Amino acid sequence: MGRKARFNTEGVLVKRGPGKKAKKQKDPTFPKALLNGDSDAKKLSHRQKQRLKKRLVKRKDVAKVAKESSESEQEDEEVWLKPSVSQNDTKVLPGEGFTDDNKSWLKPKRQVVIESEESDEEDCKVGTLNDVSDDSEPDDDDLLPIEKENKILKQQQDEEEQLAEDELQMNIADSEKFKLPSKKEREETASLQEVQQRIRDVIGVLSDFTKLRDEKHSRSDYLEMLKADLCTYYSYNDFLMEKFMQLFPLTEVLEFLEASEVQRPLTIRTNSLKTRRRDLAQALINRGVNLDPVGKWSKVGLVVYSSQVPIGATPEYLAGHYIIQGASSLLPVMALAPQENERILDMAAAPGGKASHIAALMKNTGVLFANDVNSERIKAIVGNFHRLGVVNSVITCVDGRKFPKILKGFDRVLLDAPCTGTGVVAKDQSVKTSKDEQDIQRCYNLQRELLLAAIDCLNAKSETGGYLVYSTCSVLPEENEWVVDYALKKRNVKLVDTGLEFGNEGFTNYRQFRFHPSLKLTRRFYPHTHNMDGFFVAKFRKFSNLIPTTAGEEQGEKRELEEEVEVEEVSTKKQKKNGETQPKKAKKSKENNTSQQELKEKSKEINTSKQEQDEEVKTKKQKAKKVKQNGDIKDNKQEKNAVVDDGKKKKNVVQNSKADTRKEGTNSPKDNKLKKEKSASPGKKNVKTGEKLDWDKIPKEASVKLNKKIKKVKKKQVGVMKNKMFKKKHT
Amino acid sequence: MKRLSEERTKTLFEKLAKYIGPNVKLLIERPDGIYCFREQKDRVYYISEKILKLAETLPPNQLISAGTCFGKFTKSNKFRLHITALSYLAPYAQCKVWLKPSAEQQFLYGNHVSKAGLGRISENTEKYQGVLVYSMSDLPLGFGVAARSTAECKHADPLAPVCFHQADIGEYIRSEEDLL
Repeated sequence: MGRKARFNTEGVLVKRGPGKKAKKQKDPTFPKALLNGDSDAKKLSHRQKQRLKKRLVKRKDVAKVAKESSESEQEDEEVWLKPSVSQNDTKVLPGEGFTDDNKSWLKPKRQVVIESEESDEEDCKVGTLNDVSDDSEPDDDDLLPIEKENKILKQQQDEEEQLAEDELQMNIADSEKFKLPSKKEREETASLQEVQQRIRDVIGVLSDFTKLRDEKHSRSDYLEMLKADLCTYYSYNDFLMEKFMQLFPLTEVLEFLEASEVQRPLTIRTNSLKTRRRDLAQALINRGVNLDPVGKWSKVGLVVYSSQVPIGATPEYLAGHYIIQGASSLLPVMALAPQENERILDMAAAPGGKASHIAALMKNTGVLFANDVNSERIKAIVGNFHRLGVVNSVITCVDGRKFPKILKGFDRVLLDAPCTGTGVVAKDQSVKTSKDEQDIQRCYNLQRELLLAAIDCLNAKSETGGYLVYSTCSVLPEENEWVVDYALKKRNVKLVDTGLEFGNEGFTNYRQFRFHPSLKLTRRFYPHTHNMDGFFVAKFRKFSNLIPTTAGEEQGEKRELEEEVEVEEVSTKKQKKNGETQPKKAKKSKENNTSQQELKEKSKEINTSKQEQDEEVKTKKQKAKKVKQNGDIKDNKQEKNAVVDDGKKKKNVVQNSKADTRKEGTNSPKDNKLKKEKSASPGKKNVKTGEKLDWDKIPKEASVKLNKKIKKVKKKQVGVMKNKMFKKKHT
Repeated sequence: MKRLSEERTKTLFEKLAKYIGPNVKLLIERPDGIYCFREQKDRVYYISEKILKLAETLPPNQLISAGTCFGKFTKSNKFRLHITALSYLAPYAQCKVWLKPSAEQQFLYGNHVSKAGLGRISENTEKYQGVLVYSMSDLPLGFGVAARSTAECKHADPLAPVCFHQADIGEYIRSEEDLL
């Protein structure tokens, strides 16, 4: 039953009320300021308006008087020149029918219009007045004010354009002649925006340095200031910023720093042991999660854009259907490519994201060792493994460096080494300020040891494997390429392709470093180019279980021993000699750069040097003599000559006193050294053999030997008794 | 890693039988190799023999976990199942309880299951029998003990507990520190 329609008597539907659109929209009203066009003119106060009126009336009166005198003459002209006036006149006509009061009230109005045509200044005021006082007259003046406003507007626009152009010119001039601010000026800068502007300017200058530079300042000045500004703007410490500036080209530095400020998108990895990605995605979408596959390169990754529920506490999460894991963490496991029924080790596993990924790829077959040093973080591995249903695992808490002593023979090893975390600044901002040279040094020393241990754990003869993946979440070459290069030298491993189709190639040249050319096969990932955490992945193949201990290395170690021995001696001559021999040593003992090794060797050397010292005490007096005698020879600086001289001297001395001859036979600085080495050697056999090698190689030594032989022959000639005496002393 | 004593083996299997009944046999006789129970620091691990051999090479203080942890023996020599055993209990469960979606969250916070939250319950569940708790989408959420038999459940008060809470997967977050 609908409502009764109300028809009138003729059957026509009559509208009852005003209808739906009862409130018809009125014509728009504009604020007066807009209508007038000039916003600068202040509104007149009431008093001001009244005064203005009076003034106008007065003026009009004066005009009237003048008009009356010359009315007859001017009337025609007025009509011709100013049609508006004539219009006004016609308008006024009905007004004349009014009372006197009205006349006087109306007339000034007309006058106003006339005047408005005469002068610009007044017409503005009048315009406002018109609007304020009444709306009855606008019809006649409609066209004109619009035109005027248009004019004014145009003028303003022109002015603005001019201004803008001027400004532009100024800007161009600014950038062209960017002046390097002094230190004082720099300290005074208050806002970050200024700093940012300056960063841009400096980078602009540096991009075309020869053209835009200020002759007074060198490139290093600019770079210095850029570094300081970047440090203040992004709040890094000086050291780390310098590292980044060395690592990236200037434009990329900015991108990298910007990207490091922003969090990477949240990604999750489907646990293929319990569910499939499609099912998981459906379940999560039902819970109000907005997600997408992470990319074509991964079959298990999902990117979460937004979520109505906490993504780390859904029933699916608790049931182990997925784990929250950065996209970059998928890469090392993909590079490792674990196979079923293999024995795999994750050396630094906590919190178990990558390790559980390995287990998922192995489909819970074989054995997975998950190791970490930190007993607190081990708990996270236990939790994650049980939640994700990993059952083929052994979780251990061992120092990775000692792992090869416990268990070896793995088919594959993953080493996600502890690092400074310069690639994941977004995750942990404290990295920006907390790292310095020493931290990095500590890191890469540990990484080298871990990497060697990891390689030792690997079984080269494995049928399916023999692979090792080394990864860090740092971007610094010291922790990546350098460590890999070190391992290549120290163990029988080679780099192989990681199997990752994207990522930048690793460095082969970086500043003073020259790495093995195969380092091209490693992969680097940056936050600004790949939208994932900064990451490094290298894949090794071990081709022999032997640990190479080349003769060169051993010699290197022994030579270090020598060095230490020599250092203990005070004479400057000997130090000079060291300087000559060191380069050789440096070549042969490339690996000596690890301070740890040096430490070990030093400890050895300390032992030997102690023995040496004992003996030194015995032969102190004799040495003092030698030094005196050698004084002349040392000045010559010509070793060969010295040796020859020694030989001659020796012969003389032998004739003088038989007891002294032997000691003086080793008179030259070199000989002294050798003697000491001999005295140091009894402790270690290796050292002895090493010395023998050296003797053979160095012709000087050979000559000394010859000398000795000659001496011996002579001694025999001198007599049996004297020989005996000599032998006693010798022993 | 040591073998369980006779007595402890007995208590362990009795406990497991409460939840999975005669299916306990399936845990030991598996087609894919020999699996066994081992004990370390009173925790019981269920582990393949192959993995066990390797795990035994490690010194006990450095071995944190191997295979799956089923639970632990208390000081009074009773056996307590941990949530970590769920992946082996769920497939063989005899009695099951399904929760309504609204009650899922309650259970995951460690509360008992009330009649109001009960979606389904398997037939012939006896009183005080071990039951596995599932969500309506068959996601295992935990396990507990039936407070009432199936028949009693039908007439129970809406707020009366139907299943006592023992362990739930929320523990992975709530108490990750002492999972073992």
